[in-house]
Amino acid sequence: MQKRLVLNQQQIQIILKRFCHQLIENHDNFDNTVLLGLQPRGIILLDRIVEELEKISGKKVPAGYLDATFHRDDFRRRDFPLKANETKIDFLVEGKKVILVDDVLYKGRSVRAAMDAMIAFGRPQKVELMVLVDRKLTRDYPIMPDYFGIRVNTIDTQYVVVEWASQGQPEDAVWITEKEQK
Amino acid sequence: MSQLSTRHLLGIKDLTEADIQFILETAENFKEVINRPIKKVPSLRDITIANIFFENSTRTRLSFELAEKRLSADVVNFSSSNSSVKKGETLVDTVNNILSMKVDMVVMRHSSPGAPHFLARNVKANIVNAGDGTHEHPTQALLDAFSMREKLGDLQGKKIAIIGDILHSRVALSNIFCLQKLGAEVMVCGPITLLPKHIERLGVKVELDVRKALAWCDVANVLRIQLERQQIKYFPSLREYSLYYGINKKMLEELDKEIVVMHPGPINRGVELASDVADSDHAIILQQVENGVAVRMAVLYLLAAVKA
Repeated sequence: MQKRLVLNQQQIQIILKRFCHQLIENHDNFDNTVLLGLQPRGIILLDRIVEELEKISGKKVPAGYLDATFHRDDFRRRDFPLKANETKIDFLVEGKKVILVDDVLYKGRSVRAAMDAMIAFGRPQKVELMVLVDRKLTRDYPIMPDYFGIRVNTIDTQYVVVEWASQGQPEDAVWITEKEQK
Repeated sequence: MSQLSTRHLLGIKDLTEADIQFILETAENFKEVINRPIKKVPSLRDITIANIFFENSTRTRLSFELAEKRLSADVVNFSSSNSSVKKGETLVDTVNNILSMKVDMVVMRHSSPGAPHFLARNVKANIVNAGDGTHEHPTQALLDAFSMREKLGDLQGKKIAIIGDILHSRVALSNIFCLQKLGAEVMVCGPITLLPKHIERLGVKVELDVRKALAWCDVANVLRIQLERQQIKYFPSLREYSLYYGINKKMLEELDKEIVVMHPGPINRGVELASDVADSDHAIILQQVENGVAVRMAVLYLLAAVKA
């Protein structure tokens, strides 16, 4: 199986720092901005960004976890995990600027479902999307990221795998692999 | 676990422990949903559910209807009092007529034990038993287990006493199956006339003295005296029942530990539970009702996803 390294630990660290400075540039001191990580994998990236942001700004940044399982458009249509993950949002997004954070943007369906789920917590003033990897050729919905780490050209027979040292992997890395032939 | 092992919820007896755990875990997610400012998710928006109630119900029917609406299902309600059942239509005909109108799931309460099982064999829809006579009431047992877990954590090794009219109670039977599958110890307690014969064969302890039962248990699940199902006298008077089996605050204060008091409703105040207990911090009766909606959402959501 072919496996190609797209980002290594050092490159990811640079991207995270860039994300933080872009956020500070656009959102000043986060008085009216909240970050939402998309379950299950976006929250790992979110936690890293929040940690980094707090180091840089010295301020607590409001953040939460959003699960969109019950809002997906493929319920009963294909096999997907029924089991939801925790949604942990202890604030309302009413009138706030919201930054949705996920690791990989693929078809855009998760993000669509997440926006639907987010609206249960109020009407946001503005919503932005931040992803580590943007798979730009495979979108089903008209969704584009406002911030991306790297943009890759991939096709449906490939996987983008994001590994985190905090999840027991040797180090932070992003790989492109081929789906196994059946 | 990717899906439930069954496409109907007829009784707890047919569920595996993994099914029960899966339902309870999913219910935790739905409990968070119903505490949001907007309490609705679109999961079942292409599903139509018929609530068919051949027996009276307040809590269960409202709870199912709310659960269905919060999952965005379309809901039709039917109660036997103003229907063609009175004109002599059979159960299968009634339900098949409803299903011809493209209904996907049926939630049914019926006074005959086994009615939902019969339906499941004869019609295509997913069937959810909302109580069949004196047999089972699975969603009540699931919400009771959910409420106990919320209060006590894992139920493995916990001691649960079911107190009252065990003979006529579908809640008791479903509770026994559910709690045993989750690893709890179960005791039934009531006057000997209201305990089914050979109940100990289900592996439950039997106790006639309510004070001993209270001293033994971590949770007391108190049941209503079902006068409407009693054709003969099982005890001399309600007053006497209340004297021997009614639970009041003083009895709880005499215990050397805190126990949790539950009741599936409707409560007969002053009969099985004194008001000073029903309204005290020991009782989690209203939490049970809240959890009922979340648990029923989980059941409907997971059943709808099971592929035939």
